[in-house]
Amino acid sequence: MPGLPPGIEAPPKDGEPGWASGLRKLYNSVVEEPLPDSFQDLLKKLDDSGDA
Amino acid sequence: MPERITPCPADESFRRELLTVLPHLRAFARGLCGRPDFADDLVQETAIKAWTARERYQAGTNMRAWTFAILRNHYLSELRRSRRQTDLDDGVAERLLIMEADQEAPLHLDDMEHALHQLAPERREAVLLIGASGFSYEEAAGIAGCPVGTMKSRVARARADLARILDSEPQKTIADSRAG
Repeated sequence: MPGLPPGIEAPPKDGEPGWASGLRKLYNSVVEEPLPDSFQDLLKKLDDSGDA
Repeated sequence: MPERITPCPADESFRRELLTVLPHLRAFARGLCGRPDFADDLVQETAIKAWTARERYQAGTNMRAWTFAILRNHYLSELRRSRRQTDLDDGVAERLLIMEADQEAPLHLDDMEHALHQLAPERREAVLLIGASGFSYEEAAGIAGCPVGTMKSRVARARADLARILDSEPQKTIADSRAG
């Protein structure tokens, strides 16, 4: 195991590079956010249109 | 039978599927444009477009891929529209807004986001679809409307760019601070 300097995620030679998990983390951090209040109107619109 | 008063079951399941992809659409949109407010507008408009076009969706196919393609095309047409409407360079506005957003995000995600937005747009899109959203090359090519081989080379270039950007930046900072 190479000793990595703290704070630098150096890519392992044959495995997944460090940024690849960073990218997924970035993406998942948004996926996991609750929908903001601005979506309430949209959700309501989708609900209402069931009757149309 | 109360069938006629209940909403069409196909609509109902479409709506359920659409709701489950909203968080993914938000993540994709945020990755594409880097601006939370603009991204959320894109997602909402995408959801409306998808709902309006729901009869063209084939049940059992990939709702995520279908809606991602709608979002992507909508984003591109919004970009073209805003270029026509304003003299402000998109890139500059984007960078300014990213810098603002940076202040509250954790550091490593900051670096990631910053690096992502240094990529050429088609490479950013490619690496988001493959590396973050988890689509296959075939699905991603379908979403972006390009051949599979083109998608593969965009992803390879994006990966090389990201590795270079994220690898070189800390070293550059260290070198700079030594020099200063």
